[in-house]
Amino acid sequence: MANPSYETTSGGGFWGWFNARFPLDKMLKEHVTQYYVPKNINVWYLFGGLSLFVLALQLITGIFLTMSYKPAASDAFASVEYIMRDVEWGWLIRYLHSTGASAFFIVVYLHMFRGLLYGSYRTPRELIWIFGMFIYLALMAEAFFGYLLPWGNMSYWGAQVIVSLFGTVPVIGDSLAEWIKGDYFISDITLNRFFALHVVAIPLLLVFLVVAHILALHTVGSGNPDGNEIKKHKDANGVPLDGMTFHPYCTVEDVLALGVFLILFCSVVFFAPTLGGLFLESPNFEIANPMQTPPHIAPVWYFTPFYAMLRAVPSAFGTQIWGVIVMFAAIVVLFFLPWLDRAPVKSIRYKGWIHRVWLAVFAVAFVILAYCGMKPPNPPFPLISRICTAVYFAFFLLMPWWSRMGKFKPVPERVTSNGH
Amino acid sequence: MATRMRLGALALGLLLCLPAAVRAEGEGNLRHAENEVRNRASLQRGARNFMNYCSGCHSAQFVRFNRIGTDLGITDQELKDSLMFTAERPFETIKSSLAPADGRKWFGNAPPDLSLIARSRGVDYLYTFLTGFYVDPSRPTGVNNEALPGTAMPDVLADLQGLQAAEFKPRKADDAAPPEIERLKLIAPGTMTPEKFEEFVRDTVNFLDYIGEPVQVQRRDLGVWVILFLLVFTGFAFLLKREYFKDIH
Amino acid sequence: MSDEVDLGRRRLLLTATSVTGAAGVAFAATPFLASWKPSARAKALGAPIEIDVSKLEPGAMLKVEWRGKPVWVVRRTPEMLKQLDLATQFLLDPNSDGSKQPAYAKNEARARKPEYFVVLGVCTHLGCSPMAKFQRDDVTVSADWPGGFYCPCHGSKFDLAGRVFKGVPAPANLEVPPYAFITDGRIVVGSDTPQAA
Repeated sequence: MANPSYETTSGGGFWGWFNARFPLDKMLKEHVTQYYVPKNINVWYLFGGLSLFVLALQLITGIFLTMSYKPAASDAFASVEYIMRDVEWGWLIRYLHSTGASAFFIVVYLHMFRGLLYGSYRTPRELIWIFGMFIYLALMAEAFFGYLLPWGNMSYWGAQVIVSLFGTVPVIGDSLAEWIKGDYFISDITLNRFFALHVVAIPLLLVFLVVAHILALHTVGSGNPDGNEIKKHKDANGVPLDGMTFHPYCTVEDVLALGVFLILFCSVVFFAPTLGGLFLESPNFEIANPMQTPPHIAPVWYFTPFYAMLRAVPSAFGTQIWGVIVMFAAIVVLFFLPWLDRAPVKSIRYKGWIHRVWLAVFAVAFVILAYCGMKPPNPPFPLISRICTAVYFAFFLLMPWWSRMGKFKPVPERVTSNGH
Repeated sequence: MATRMRLGALALGLLLCLPAAVRAEGEGNLRHAENEVRNRASLQRGARNFMNYCSGCHSAQFVRFNRIGTDLGITDQELKDSLMFTAERPFETIKSSLAPADGRKWFGNAPPDLSLIARSRGVDYLYTFLTGFYVDPSRPTGVNNEALPGTAMPDVLADLQGLQAAEFKPRKADDAAPPEIERLKLIAPGTMTPEKFEEFVRDTVNFLDYIGEPVQVQRRDLGVWVILFLLVFTGFAFLLKREYFKDIH
Repeated sequence: MSDEVDLGRRRLLLTATSVTGAAGVAFAATPFLASWKPSARAKALGAPIEIDVSKLEPGAMLKVEWRGKPVWVVRRTPEMLKQLDLATQFLLDPNSDGSKQPAYAKNEARARKPEYFVVLGVCTHLGCSPMAKFQRDDVTVSADWPGGFYCPCHGSKFDLAGRVFKGVPAPANLEVPPYAFITDGRIVVGSDTPQAA
């Protein structure tokens, strides 16, 4: 005789049985069909969903690359050419992955900029921002480890430069660098462990962080371009007056965003996969050669802003560690943004001209730093890098003061589509 | 709102110019190869040139003969008769008969594998290199090269091109920098006229371009269909979104 | 205020987008699935091979590897060919109806030319490599042994044309791969025609 408490309770059929044992319906309601999103969210709010798509793309293309790639110094470079030439459609899987890496950073930088525009990191969303910053760090580590895998000459020397940065730490630097490499130089051993980190460890970490990021978001609900909170005004049923359900509205909008994104993305994949050396660098078509440095070592574009900052700081007291400290500080300072911003309003729409100019100057300085980081350290680039590094740090470190300056417009109670 | 969109478009436009700005450096003095990788006849001539003049010392270790056959419209028998000097079966790759150790002994550097040379150096560099040898008694090979000063490679195409001499730019006597080449002049004719020789080199560089990425023509052709499909899909997605958003006020 | 929701239009657009989207997913999945097909390298490594049999002594056997499996070539003497008749009473499938071989090997000798026997040395039971036991009446195998192959793993027996005995674990005759004579002394294995790879 079956115990009645184990019988299906909600509805019948397969789904009734399933939902009595797994919170599928509950999760769909809570996160998709009855999850409310501000109805005035604009284009800037599409980049989170696109990031999720690119993550999935990198996971799938990465798995298929791992099926043919050989993580040994003697075979790695040849195995990439094996994928490009001998494996059916291998070339496409490779280009999707290499373009996807750059696309990931483009989309993530735009996603972070949205945060700066609309104060998405302000209370009660600080934790979402913190998880996001950890995702950004994990992404940079993932890209760094992944870049060694093709074992091209830029892969080798880029890894050489970055690992030597750790060598600048006083006292423990040399041991630290040796510990990271697992050898006395960047070798087959280093390659194998970077492979394990890139294919297994960091993807697992990324997936966990993304789930945490989304759960934290759903706990408080999304912000919007006006910087007010839709949960303040609900109807008799507890539904936010200015809300729309994620499904079908955001789903339909995300599908459109995906279409537009794919047009741009596939244009690069099929017509310009190297993007003139920005996405796939020319020296990397030569195998790693410890005896010969490429004429010009530069990291891939998404690291160049920080590389420019690193080079901007001169040696002092016999060590180059100051540049390393500045470079890491540039990322660490981002973690504190929710507490540095003391503006009485969240969104740029209701802030005065000081804020708009400052934000524009910051963005331009960041782009200029990226450009400087790609160039050899000849005049005038070091000077420009120093000025822009100063701008970058001033933006954050002085924010507790400048964020309170100027005139602010009153924030409406209900949402608007363009600030009116 | 419109201002922001215009600023965004401007930013995007500037960002797209970035590759050109980054690439432009260092390319000023190269002659342009102007090869056309869809030109099968040129690629076939280039394949023949490569096997006859390059493969003696340079391998193309990632390139299979049967792939060349399929892409360039050459049958297995034609491959065996005209191209496969060091290989027996068409699925084999292009190997050189020169052992790397011998190469290092005779030239100082082992002649590099050429499978990816067009991707790592660029076709213009290769064209300038192959047309840029000139007489230089101070070098062990008796020649120097405009694109790669101090190259260990001998002037293997001297019979075809003839011999060139370099005319240098005028400079001060105390100028420490090495003299810059103004132009190269033909001082002894070869078996080919300059036009024919340029075509010869263009065909060879074209072949090197092709072996760098054999799938490139199919990649671009497929890309057209992919973008067309995506435009249709995005069109439907746009109409669908607009229809649903009529609900939102 | 809102106009009436045009459900018909919504359904149409939803269908159009979904169908196009599904087609897109199918297009996108194809390269990934196709990437599992044998690569150009696999096809190269698994290409037909040429064997020089000109120096093979009568009664001797040579072994080569092709596609990861042993290929045997036995140069059968007229004696050995007569032994095939002695085997018939023991055989499960004397006419090779249930085994894998090219059309030109579906005969008693299971070969293009009876003198040269080309066969895959893989027992049709569980894949072990049988031992050559060409000597008739070899008591280490059995009484009335007509000569052939004996698999030590589970005791399967095959005659000098690879045909399986009744009452042994192996269910079928040994597989004959495609092959052809390039010249009298050279055989290509892995292709039905002599043009080789």
